[in-house]
Parts: sequence; C-alpha cells; structure tokens
Amino acid sequence: MSVGDYDPYTGQRLTGHEWNGIKELNTPVPKVVWFFLGVTALFAFVYWVLMPAWPLGVTYTKGLLGLDEREIVREKVVEAARQRTWTQRIAQEDYAAIQADAELMQKVRQAGRTLFGDNCAVCHGTSGKGGPGYPNLADKAWLWGGTPEAVAETIRVGINSDHPQTRTSQMLAFGRDQMLDRTAVLNVVAYVQSLSNPALANGPEKDAITAGKAVFEANCVSCHGPDGKGSTEVGAPDLTDGFWIYGGDRQSIFDTVWGGRQGYMPAWEKRLSDVDRKILTLYVLDLGGK
Amino acid sequence: MISELTRGERRLALAVLTAVAILGLALAVAGRGDILAVHGGLIMASAVVLMFFVISGYYAPEPGEERFAQYYDTPTKAGVVLAMIWAVIGMGVGDWVAWLLVYPEMTFDAAWASFGRLRPVHTSGVIFGFGGNALIATSFHVLQRTSRARLPDQFSPWFVLIGYNLFCLLAASGYLLGITQSKEYAEPEWYADLWLVVVWVVYFSIYLRTLMRRQEPHIYVANWYYMAFILVVAILHIVNNLAVPISFGSAKSYSAFAGVQDAMTQWWYGHNAVAFFLTAGFLGMMYYYLPKRAGRPVFSYRMGILGFWGITFMYMWAGSHHLHYTALPQWVQTLGMTFSVMLIVPSWLAAANALLTLNGAWDKVRDDATLRFMMLAVVFYGLSTFEGSFMSIRAVNSLSHYTDWTVGHVHAGALGWVALITFGSIYAVVPWIWKQPSMYSNKLVEAHFWLSLAGTLIYVFAMWNSGIIQGLMWRTYSEGGTLAYSFIDSLVAMRPYYIARAIGGGFFAVGAVIGLYNVWMTIRQASAERAEAPDAPVVPALARSLQAGE
Repeated sequence: MSVGDYDPYTGQRLTGHEWNGIKELNTPVPKVVWFFLGVTALFAFVYWVLMPAWPLGVTYTKGLLGLDEREIVREKVVEAARQRTWTQRIAQEDYAAIQADAELMQKVRQAGRTLFGDNCAVCHGTSGKGGPGYPNLADKAWLWGGTPEAVAETIRVGINSDHPQTRTSQMLAFGRDQMLDRTAVLNVVAYVQSLSNPALANGPEKDAITAGKAVFEANCVSCHGPDGKGSTEVGAPDLTDGFWIYGGDRQSIFDTVWGGRQGYMPAWEKRLSDVDRKILTLYVLDLGGK
Repeated sequence: MISELTRGERRLALAVLTAVAILGLALAVAGRGDILAVHGGLIMASAVVLMFFVISGYYAPEPGEERFAQYYDTPTKAGVVLAMIWAVIGMGVGDWVAWLLVYPEMTFDAAWASFGRLRPVHTSGVIFGFGGNALIATSFHVLQRTSRARLPDQFSPWFVLIGYNLFCLLAASGYLLGITQSKEYAEPEWYADLWLVVVWVVYFSIYLRTLMRRQEPHIYVANWYYMAFILVVAILHIVNNLAVPISFGSAKSYSAFAGVQDAMTQWWYGHNAVAFFLTAGFLGMMYYYLPKRAGRPVFSYRMGILGFWGITFMYMWAGSHHLHYTALPQWVQTLGMTFSVMLIVPSWLAAANALLTLNGAWDKVRDDATLRFMMLAVVFYGLSTFEGSFMSIRAVNSLSHYTDWTVGHVHAGALGWVALITFGSIYAVVPWIWKQPSMYSNKLVEAHFWLSLAGTLIYVFAMWNSGIIQGLMWRTYSEGGTLAYSFIDSLVAMRPYYIARAIGGGFFAVGAVIGLYNVWMTIRQASAERAEAPDAPVVPALARSLQAGE
C-alpha cells in the first residue's frame, strides 16, 4: 500500500501508513472544524479582553468591563440586606408585637422553616416533633420555659453546651451509681408512671406505688418538685403531664432512673445572628407549643 | 508464567521481591502502633507469596529463542482478567454506595462501612483498578502490534502489572482502614504514591524501549495517546502528591500545598486525571480496536493529529473550572473556562474521526455487539465532552456546581465512554489473544451491551433531574429574601432519583459480572481446546509468522 491508493468506499486517498492492518485515509480536516476552532478561539479572546484573564507577574489583566466577582457579590449582599426591611422590624419590635402582625408572621414562617430545616431538624425533625431523646417543640411542654424570652435564651446558650452561660441539667444515674437498689428503682418508676395516669394508683401495683412515693420524696423532689411538676429553673421535666422525651413506657422510665440522662443542645449564639435566632424563637413558638 | 522468564529474569524477580519484602518489613516495624503496620505487613506478605511462586518455577526450562518471533501477551491476558475483576468490585461497591445514599442507616455502625470510606473504594476501584488495568493490558497489546516489536523483556511488564495492582490494593484497603490524604482521586498516602512512581517509570520505559525497536516507520496515533497518558499522569501524580509524612512510621502526611494553592493543584490534577487517564489512554484504545474491529481505515490521519494536539494542549488549562466562584482568583477561573470551551472542538474532532471511520461498516455495528460497544462509547464521549464544556461556563456552573448534575456528567463519561470502550476492546482482544474464533457467548455480549446502555441512561437521566432540581432549590429565594428551601428539603426531593440511580448502576454492575463470566468461560474454552489438541505437528516455531489481527 503506498501513497496515492484510494479507499474504494470513500474515494479518499490513503496515507500509505499501515499498522498491523490499520490504514489511514488522508481526508482533509473539514472546513467546519477550522470554523469552530476559530469561533471558540474568538470567544475566548473577546472574553479575555473583557474580563480578568491573564497573569502579569504580581497582578493580572483586569478586563475592559472592570467586573470583579467579589465586588459584585459584596454589593448584592448589601443591597439585599437593605431591601429586607422586615428583618429590621424583627430586630427592633418585641415578640408580642411581631406575633400580632399576621403579615410579618408570614415572613417568619417562611424564613423560619428553612432556618429550622438547616439547623434544628437534624435532632428535632423537620416538623419539630422531635423523637426519642429529642424534645417535641410542637407540644405544650417546655423543659426550660415556653415564654419567648426563655426559648430565645435556650437557643442562645444551649443545654449542657460549651457556652459559658449554658443551661445545665443532669438526671442522676440512681441505679447504676448505686443510690437506689433495684427494688427502689422499680417502685419509683411505678410511682412516676402513676403521676400522669392516676388510675394506676388503685391498681394491682398499689403497694409498689406507695413505696415508690416514699423513694420519690427522698430523692426526686429537689428537682421535680413535691408534686412532680418539675421546674423550668433547672430543666426538670413535669412528670405529670403525659409528655415524655425519652419515652413514657415502663422500660424507658426504668432506663432513665437507672442510667440517668443528660441531654445536649448546642449553643447558637456564635452560629446564628440575633435576628435569625429571634426568627427561630418565633417559629418554634408558632409550631403549637404556646 | 515463570517459565516464560529467563533465568536471569527469575533472579532479578527474586531480588526485587526480596527488596520489596524488606521495605514492607521496614514499614511494618517503623509503623508498629500505627495503621501503617498493616500495610507494611500486606506489602511484605504479597512479596513473600510471589517469591514462593517464582521459586516454585525457578528450575523450569528457560524460554527458547523462538519467543522473539512472537508478541508477549501473557501480561495482557492477566491484565484483562484483573481489569474485569476490578470492574466487578468497583462497580459493585459503586452500587452499594448508591443504595447507601437511599438508606443512609445501612452502615452497621461500622467505620469501614461509612460513605466516606466506601466511596473512594468505588472511585479508585473503577478508575485505577478497572480502567488502569485495562489501559496497561491493552497498551502492551497495541504497542507490540503497531510497532511490530516484542516487549523489551519478560520481567518489566509483570513488574508494572503486579506492582500497579499492589498499589490498587494498598489504596482500596487503606480507605477501608481510614487511610486517606483527602484529595479526590489521589487519596492514597505517601508510601503508596512513591511506589506508584517507581511502577510508572518502569511502565514508561517499556514504552520507550519498545518504540525504539519498532519496525514501522511511523508511530501510530494510539501510541501517542498511550504515551501522553503515561507521561502526563506521572507529572500530575508527582506534583499533586508532594507531601511530607509526619514520620516514616506513620501513614499520615501533610501536603506541600495549602489553601487555594492546594485546591488549584488538586483540580489541575483532578481534571487532567480525567483528561489523560480517562480520555487520552482510552482514545489510544479506541484508535486501535475500533478500526481493527470495523476493518476500516481510520477516517482521517490529519484529524487524528489535530485532535491529539488540541486535546493535550487545551486540557492542561481546564482544571480551574472546578473552582468557579471560590477563593480562586477570577482570572484563573476565566482561563479555565475559556480553554474548556475551546476544548470542545478537538474533543469532537476525535469523536467524529472515530464515527466516520465506521462509514462502510455500519452493518457490522448493527450485527456485532462488540463494535457497537465502541460506537456507543464514542457517542457518549461526544456527549459528555460537550456537557463538560457547557458546564465549565461560569453561569451554567453556578447552577450545576456541587449538585448531582456533576455526578451525572462524570458517569456519562465514566460509564458511557470509559467503561463501554473498555468492554468493547476487551471483547475484541480476548478472542484474539486466546486464539478463539469469538467470545464464549455472543448472546451474553449482546445482553451486556443492552444492560450497559439501559443502566447508563437511567443513571444519567436520574442525575440530570436530581442535579437541576437540587441546583434550583438551593438558589430559590422566598419573597422575604431568604432561602426558600433548607438543605434537608432538597435531600427529600433527591430520594426518588437516588433510587433510580442505584437501579441504573445495578444494571451496569450486573453487566460487568456477565462480562467477567464470559471472559472466564472463553479462557476455559481456550484451555480445554489446548488440553484436547492432538500432537502438534513438527514445525519450527520460528517459522511461524505473525498473523494480521492477532
């Protein structure tokens, strides 16, 4: 095979090269290829002239348009903040005034849903209903108080967090740390269950409940109060209301008394702005737990 | 295999294995108390097992002079089988992590089963295990045929192949153990990186030493591509992996680069890994097996040249398009974007050259699933290079960046182009080197083809949808000027597409299993024939001339 031979199918000349049976046609590069090489090169050249493009030692060609992406973003952020007048109202007005303003609350619900989804939903769920170990924010029970100020403070400093002013709370491990023996724990569990379900008091566990009441008075009242209604001062839950963080069945309560509990919520003061935290406070209260 | 080595090469093999075993022992001792000891032990154990293997064949008769009249294909055979095994592993783990994204709780509370550890097993398994072995195997095959020269010796190809697979093994096992330098597609740590440099230099030397002895006046375009692949990957690998280990007894190292320089170096590496590992090398494969299988001359020698230099020159600049709208200065982003846009022309030139080569052979494309694999690969090559140039435009990238669109784009290239051209080439080369009229089952090749096509389409369409939805959700603002969706909202929206993707990927992985089975059965068929063959006629082996197409 030599230069000048033709491929019968295409009518093109062959180059005369052959590698283990592979030959090559000497087909010229189609004009359309040169055209598009030219078009893309022209595009690149024009772009280089207009925009920041080539390095020149310690500086670079700035481009005729003088566009700088960071400057553009900076301006856009300032402009967006200027236009968001409603957030200024959030910052200035008090909770009651905002809650009374239906239009403003609509904005809170919009922004709050996204803020909640990005920051809180991992633990409390997208609907705020929580789960085992994570409080339900859509019910009426509040560990640390359900006023706007109390909720805002909880968000700001967290619970058992690394914030210097953190809310701190611990349920002791009465069983594991041998403050109570197994029988006493079982009795106090029976009593605690009867607090939210008084019908149990006259049931077959009557004696255990009575014995448990004594254990409760000796060990639990300092946090949960003599009537078991808890205290928002120390984050001790109300045991009489039928709302449970770790579960209200016999086994769950037993685990709580035996092994103790110490929940954790991060502090958001350094992670979210004052306005964002205020929006979240309003959003959480709006979920239903007023 | 050992009987193919000369006595001198067997001694060399023992010496090299002894050195590797000592190095492994040294790492194990220096790294006691560190996870490095596991890898030191693995290196030593591998070397010792291979030493026993060499010793067991040490006194076998030496190969005769007649070997010089034949091409040396045993490393290619081993490489093809290894490539198919890695394909099953890499794609299997890929589908596993795809399901893990649907069911994130599927980690058994075990560290090794977390997404962050399994994903690099998938990416390295398919890119380096499957792709790399296929490139090494086919490059040895193509190099010899197109140079009409046998590989320079019998030891170095084995050193490259086995050494390379040791690297792959260190990489994959390291990820599961938690060893990583956290650079995408360059996760292995310093000792594995150094080892790969040695292997790679020997690989390049095989290429040069064979080309120097070629009996053809010209170097075929496939070899330009293979050489560009080997040479540039060496440069990328060395520069991006410049690092200082915290001690010789620790698997951990710190990169020589920091901050935005580190990011730029990484994506200069990352994008050129796509360019020179996943494109140039496989274009070399395509330029040999496609015209050979089609029985047609390459459409245009000139387009081949222009495409080659266009691709090698322009790709080098494109890496910064991975860092649009980041801390990287805007002028670097401009260069990355404009060169990526220009890159579409040489990319399509290569694709067009391949498709036009099929003119006069389209009946074969219809009838022969092997050739159809290669044809479809070229189509996907054209599609994904267009998509890549498009996505590199800053305005488009602002939507597509960090979304599943990128994942879909990568897989259009990786499944559609890289894997399909490899399967096509393997189905072509296996009957040739095992001297069979065809694969064990052409029906299984056909089944593999349709599974691959269906899998790729499902995968890519799922990720396009998912990616664009994600991108739009992330940039939608409410009238109050705040983000309309939380990230978790976008995850919920992704879920159906993740399921579709995992199903598509499953199709593709099942295809790879079928391919491995088919290759295996073809080999069994070949060895059964050899066992049953009657006494060979007394023909001087030297007189045996090499058949075209062998």
